[in-house]
Amino acid sequence: MHGNDATLDEPADDDPAFLALIDDDGRVEPRDAMPQGYRQSLVRQIAQHAHSEIIGMQPEGSWIGRAPSLRRKAILMAKVQDEAGHGLYLYAAAETLGVDRVDLLDRLHAGKQKYSSIFNYPTPTWADIGAIGWLVDGAAITNQVPLTRCSFGPYARAMVRICKEESFHQRQGFEILHTLSHGTTEQHEMAQQAVDRWWWPSLMMFGPADDESPNSARSMRWGIKRFSNDELRQRFVDMTVPQARALGLTLPDPDLAYDEATGHWHFGEIDFSELFDVINGNGPLNAERMAHRRGAHERGAWVRAAADAYAAKHASRSAGTAA
Amino acid sequence: MSSRGWPLWEVFVRARRGLAHTHVGSLHAPDAEMAVRNARDVFTRRSEGVSIWVVPAAAITASSPDEKDAFFDPAGDKVYRHPTFYEVPEGVEHL
Ligand SMILES: [Fe+2]
Ligand SMILES: [Fe+2]
Repeated sequence: MHGNDATLDEPADDDPAFLALIDDDGRVEPRDAMPQGYRQSLVRQIAQHAHSEIIGMQPEGSWIGRAPSLRRKAILMAKVQDEAGHGLYLYAAAETLGVDRVDLLDRLHAGKQKYSSIFNYPTPTWADIGAIGWLVDGAAITNQVPLTRCSFGPYARAMVRICKEESFHQRQGFEILHTLSHGTTEQHEMAQQAVDRWWWPSLMMFGPADDESPNSARSMRWGIKRFSNDELRQRFVDMTVPQARALGLTLPDPDLAYDEATGHWHFGEIDFSELFDVINGNGPLNAERMAHRRGAHERGAWVRAAADAYAAKHASRSAGTAA
Repeated sequence: MSSRGWPLWEVFVRARRGLAHTHVGSLHAPDAEMAVRNARDVFTRRSEGVSIWVVPAAAITASSPDEKDAFFDPAGDKVYRHPTFYEVPEGVEHL
């Protein structure tokens, strides 16, 4: 249900009773009183997450017409359709905080709200679709699984649905790469190049290092985030390195080495200047992604208008007022 | 009516015959028919349901604005409504 009614007695950001609820692993529901900062953080995070789901349809959507077989095409269509659904779950979760999906989309289109920078990279070959599923969806899943225990109920519930659906996304990407990697020399090479392109951007999906991430600590205090950026990134690397071996592909990091003492894979330094450059609009495809999104929204205007007119006509007929 | 004003619908899905409809989420649609169609596409792409209800969110009356208030307190001190409240002598079965 909608949580539009502004709360009269909004607790302070560090309200002891609210923090006690969080410490108790309690859940916050839309109509509960909550600190303004908590509400704003959630709106920003959920909106950005929703925008990422629908912008993320573009790099893969561009390959639906070029998928190498009917099987691959059906799978890719199902995946891209899932991402649209994820966007809807998340916009609905954001709306329980008193914002309007239409306004969130307006803000995306005006460049006032962001989406994940990963979708500003191009997909020049079919192998890139494999790399997106394996690495990008893989990193997204690593981020999203802890969000199923997020302190805000509607966000957590949306993440449960999303995580269930995500499980095939990563597998289908892995399968694409595995097939290419064990195909001809050219196919193997294509798979390797795609992995080389997507590895570092995928690691950057977890966000800046912990000491550079000012919002992180607050989100963790409020139970929105359960693990830090660096913890999640390490978890992803540890899971992915053995999978790369199974694929017969290498990861483009000469510093990658197993650390017996910690039980973790050590990886090289991440060039975050690239991430910030892409966030600031200088990625390979920022302008194209936004233009495509705005264009799709504008081209869909007549469909929304027609649905309105149809609903209005039927409402007036069943009210017995039709001419 | 504009798309900005599309009403919100709460969606309930019966996972299979024999189970009750359960709330699964919400969506916007211009009318009930479109809401049911959209709900099918959004919430049952993997055969998660055999029946869908959509209810205008505005038609729902809720117990109270704050879900943690005293409305449910009367049940709090009536532990004798639970079977665990009662002492049963050792060896008595099927009680
Ligand atoms: Fe997704
Ligand atoms: Fe996905």
